Amino acid sequence: MSWENYMPYIYAIFAPFALALFGIIYGLVLKGFDRKLAAHMQWRVGPPLRQPFYDVLKLFEKENIVPKNAVPWIFNSAPIISMGALILALLYLPIGPFNPVLGNYGDLIVLLYILALPGLAMMLGGFSSSSPYSAVGAQREFIMILSYEFPLAIIIFTFAWKYSILYPNLKAFSLLTFVEHPLWQNVGILGFIGLLILLITMLVVTTGEVGRMPFDIADAGTEISGGALLEYTGKNLGLFYLADAVKIVVMGTLIITFFFPYNLSSLLLHYFSLPHYAWLTIDFLFYLLKLFIISFVVVTVMRVAFPRFRVDQVVKFYWGYATLASLIALSLIVLDTVGGV
Amino acid sequence: MVDMDKKVMARKMGRLIRSIWIFNWFNSCGVTELLPVVASIYDMERFGLIVVDNPKHADVLIVGGYQTEKSIKRVIRIYNQMPEPKAVMALGSCTITGGMYWDSYNTIKRLSDYIPVTIYVPGCPPRPEAVFQAVGMIFEHVNQLKKEVKGK
Repeated sequence: MSWENYMPYIYAIFAPFALALFGIIYGLVLKGFDRKLAAHMQWRVGPPLRQPFYDVLKLFEKENIVPKNAVPWIFNSAPIISMGALILALLYLPIGPFNPVLGNYGDLIVLLYILALPGLAMMLGGFSSSSPYSAVGAQREFIMILSYEFPLAIIIFTFAWKYSILYPNLKAFSLLTFVEHPLWQNVGILGFIGLLILLITMLVVTTGEVGRMPFDIADAGTEISGGALLEYTGKNLGLFYLADAVKIVVMGTLIITFFFPYNLSSLLLHYFSLPHYAWLTIDFLFYLLKLFIISFVVVTVMRVAFPRFRVDQVVKFYWGYATLASLIALSLIVLDTVGGV
Repeated sequence: MVDMDKKVMARKMGRLIRSIWIFNWFNSCGVTELLPVVASIYDMERFGLIVVDNPKHADVLIVGGYQTEKSIKRVIRIYNQMPEPKAVMALGSCTITGGMYWDSYNTIKRLSDYIPVTIYVPGCPPRPEAVFQAVGMIFEHVNQLKKEVKGK
């Protein structure tokens, strides 16, 4: 066997590590930008951009306390499950110009289940840590999962339905199909409005999914002092901190895959001629820029602009307004398709 | 062997001082001048200092102002809940000598009789500059430690 025969195996072994490293580092960089920009919006100077890295290094130096009444194996495995699920989700997502590592082995439905795992892990950790505040936080986390999953599912199924009509020969739930055929050109004016509504709903769902300010009822600092994360210290808290950073990368990539799967190379290919790896680099940098803009809108602006909702308001928001908006968008796209055909 | 310990210590301390998470415990005026430290003019987040919500995530416990016989029990409990390595910063004259409550029957006179205090910040109440001076002294101490390690 020649050396090339081993390439798929080498790729399969090293790609997850590379992706995990990319997710962690870029997630922390995005977190740094988030804190710096939020500080500037509040007329402060803010921490240096490296601050999240310093935080993680410090958390890994601290003592790791497991409460006396906790269930140690669940308590300690919760941050690992959370981190692992997010890295697994990254394997199913197309990162800029690169195709997903596990693109042929799973589709959006698998991804939808994987995306529920970090929240469930946080819930397990909260319930197993024997603190009443953590139990309240875990219950709130469960309410959050129940709330935002429904609009997210409607968005995903709207896309899948539209693709199954447009391209009957392709896999409707495959992310590769989404990337290769952006939906914006293939819809009329009604469908365009529907897609815009879906985009806004998706942005709001993402803010809930990453658990940031208007929807951070699960770890509301001033109400239940940290919620499910309350009993976590040291390494475990550091892992949850990293998972929080990777979550933004995962959800941002999902938005890019759905709504902005455009690459610069396909636009500029007619004007320049560059080698293949140069185009890959340009597309990758463009992807990083898109991710940064999404993180800025979804995390920074929302967190500075809005105070925290109450629990009942969050449920009303997602089950009421967000679900209604995504259903209206679905019917608009259906009308567009049926009228157009 | 001693040098090795010092090296590890310097590395650890260097990591710890770059992001200090603070938990505030106060029941009097000792903390009033601490609020501008968090707000936009002094902005302690420049140095990686943020206020966290519970003692289990905190590195530094700030005890502001006098403590009564009752509240000192809670201070000790909070202190015991914090993960190692931890430090205590005591704000105000009341924590040093009892301050203006020196002859009160129910306030404690000196905080370090109850929990190990790392640094006292005097003042009635201490100005934000005093708090930053205290933090700066800690930074200076760690820098000194690093220099000693590098010199050898």
